Amino acid sequence: MRTLLILLLAFLSGCASTPALRGTGDLGIVIERASGRVAIVDTSAHSILARVDGLGDLSHASAVFSRDGRYAYVFGRDGGLTKVDLLLARIDRRVIQAGNSIGGAISQDGRLVVAQNYTPGGIKVFDAATLELLSEVPTGSKVVGLADLAGQRFGYALFDTGEIWLTDLTDPRHPRTRKFKAGQQPYDGLVTPNGRHYLAGLFGEDGIALLDTWQPEAGAKKILENYGKGEEKLPVFKMPHLRGWAVAGNRAYLPAIGRHEVLVVDTATWQEVGRIPVKGQPVFVMARPDGRQVWVNFAFPDNGWVQVIDTHTGQLVQTLQPGKAILHMEFTPRSEEVWLSARDDNTVSIYDTASFARKTTLAAESPSGIFFTSRAHRTGF
Amino acid sequence: MRIAPFLFLAVPLAAVAARASEPTPGRQRELVHLVRQDCGSCHGMQLTGGLGLPLTAEALRDKPLEGLEATIHGGRPGTAMPPWKSILSDAEIRWIVEKLMTGFPKE
Ligand code: HEC
Repeated sequence: MRTLLILLLAFLSGCASTPALRGTGDLGIVIERASGRVAIVDTSAHSILARVDGLGDLSHASAVFSRDGRYAYVFGRDGGLTKVDLLLARIDRRVIQAGNSIGGAISQDGRLVVAQNYTPGGIKVFDAATLELLSEVPTGSKVVGLADLAGQRFGYALFDTGEIWLTDLTDPRHPRTRKFKAGQQPYDGLVTPNGRHYLAGLFGEDGIALLDTWQPEAGAKKILENYGKGEEKLPVFKMPHLRGWAVAGNRAYLPAIGRHEVLVVDTATWQEVGRIPVKGQPVFVMARPDGRQVWVNFAFPDNGWVQVIDTHTGQLVQTLQPGKAILHMEFTPRSEEVWLSARDDNTVSIYDTASFARKTTLAAESPSGIFFTSRAHRTGF
Repeated sequence: MRIAPFLFLAVPLAAVAARASEPTPGRQRELVHLVRQDCGSCHGMQLTGGLGLPLTAEALRDKPLEGLEATIHGGRPGTAMPPWKSILSDAEIRWIVEKLMTGFPKE
């Protein structure tokens, strides 16, 4: 009887060589930019579960997630769009869709993946399930700041021609596009967390272009005009990045171009209500999901520093040196931890956002972007 | 006609000067890292272009060396190309441009 039981158990565990069932809510990826590889991470266990190779040139790579949190769509510099299965830790599909690409977004309903490209300039629309190309909108300009909006729409900005375009993909094979004047050299864009306002940061002039996507017919207006007050800006060794995380409560925290400052804007009036001096030129200015803190990293040569602003007091509360060349930060969905990639130390560090203590460090090769599946459920991510 | 001999002279002299002040091997490694990673944020890690133009040997083939050096030194006003003179010496800029023109080393 006993031996039978043991045999039965052995038989059952033999069948169980398929991986254990698990959810995806605590998964994510870390881009290993120099190796064309992503590491699949577990934010509960603080561990790297697996690595997936063969994603091409991942300098300036970014990712969005399917609504079920199972697939990451990774956009590579070389125009590669790779759909990575996080559960099976393998490439599900991969296409080379452009010569030079900068990122992408996923539609409100999760059925369309859209890539934004430098060459040839434009956006391309793919079926999220099959990666079949459905349509494209050529722009004659480098595309930056692509963001998903309500109603299967996407907002993006054109670096070379200074416009914001809104494309409606209700019929994904027949895009309908409206165009708005924005300003000189938009470098990136963001949509506010409620999906209403699209902002394009300008490099060629002081200011930010703002479009109310609830009433686009009113056109884009300029906010924060002349924030540099005509002073000569410092050399910008790295373009800042914008995304919906810049908004905490009723304030937006935005990087000043060529200045060691974070600009604070009231999102009800879109007036500047303050500026916070920081260690260097901000690259990412990211609000913790609960909005209590804003974390800032910096452009070369100040990219070893990270500073934390308390949004309640408007004061800097912490200055950290988590490693060499801090390229990116990502918060856990409910804000208790932040993961930071240190490219030149080949590490990802996990910090407690309350005590600022480093909890653990993971080894990763030349890590850059960190993306958690909680992005799947946020507009503008 | 009279300047021709000077031209002949000038070329080897410049080459000698460049070699004399060539960065140390340790510094060369740092420069390769800087170009691939930090110039790479705009020009791509493979230097195939991005917000900035491609910096591959093929793309730069017909461009005068001095012009490229001046661009790195002083940047290009009105574009996103920043001046690197506060970070890189003239000899380092020359070394970078020579390597870019002949195919930039891997890390
Ligand atoms: C913030 C973005 C940015 C960074 C960082 C950057 N560049 Fe550039 N670079 C540009 C842009 C944009 C241009 C094109 C300017 C134009 O339109 O004429 C350019 C042009 C150049 C050119 C001229 C190319 C040509 O064909 O004329 C050279 C050479 C160059 N960069 C070298 C470098 C080097 C070396 C570094 C790092 C030490 C660097 N760049 C870092 C944005 C950048």
